[in-house]
Amino acid sequence: MPDPHAILFRSLADPTRRAIFERLCREGEQTVGALTARAGVSQPAVSKHLGVLKQAGLVRDRHEGRQTHYSAQLGALAPLVDWTSQMAGFWQSRFDHLEDLLKRMDQ
Amino acid sequence: MTNTATETLSVVVEREVAFPPEKIWRALTQPHLIEEWLMKNDFKPVVDHRFNFRADWGAVDCQVLAVEPNKTLSYTWAAYGLESVVTWTLTPTSTGTHLRMEQSGFRPDQQQAFQGAKFGWQKFFGNLEQILARID
Repeated sequence: MPDPHAILFRSLADPTRRAIFERLCREGEQTVGALTARAGVSQPAVSKHLGVLKQAGLVRDRHEGRQTHYSAQLGALAPLVDWTSQMAGFWQSRFDHLEDLLKRMDQ
Repeated sequence: MTNTATETLSVVVEREVAFPPEKIWRALTQPHLIEEWLMKNDFKPVVDHRFNFRADWGAVDCQVLAVEPNKTLSYTWAAYGLESVVTWTLTPTSTGTHLRMEQSGFRPDQQQAFQGAKFGWQKFFGNLEQILARID
């Protein structure tokens, strides 16, 4: 099974896809047509990008009549947020454990 | 060096430790000791050796890059789709050792991935910190 974090990183690494996602975040729910009008790529390309974003859990689709509306799922971003401070916290706590161990170890 | 800094991210943790480098080196390089403070592992202090760190939340794929006993230890660290390098540096001091850990070297596209969309992320910082606080 692929790493879900890797999927998120890959999904957002493409500039066109990221631009679509950012627009959904800023402006709320939109149709494929509305997104295509400003994406600078064809509608099939936009649909393909939306498919990738959906697979990563970054967008949700809602069907209404013949239109499909897409909205951003900000919660899916949580694993990416402030990765460095997350890792710094991880290592700080490991340093604490390391010092505890050193105190227990014989010389 | 400035160019490097703009293309990579790094995390540095440094601490003065009241033990000699030789003792810290053992804790950094002996699998049963590493397990006590970091994670389960099949580490060997041999350049090019591939190993894993394993925890409840997943595994980290690693490969040893540099080994200089009691001074420097460096290995790759791949997890969550991020590739990085962890480098330990031990410098003796009058009271023990200055221990430095640097994790660095993410690919530019990955940096873009998490810096590209800044809107709305702020509110998730708090959530994430709460989750992380619970993990430990």
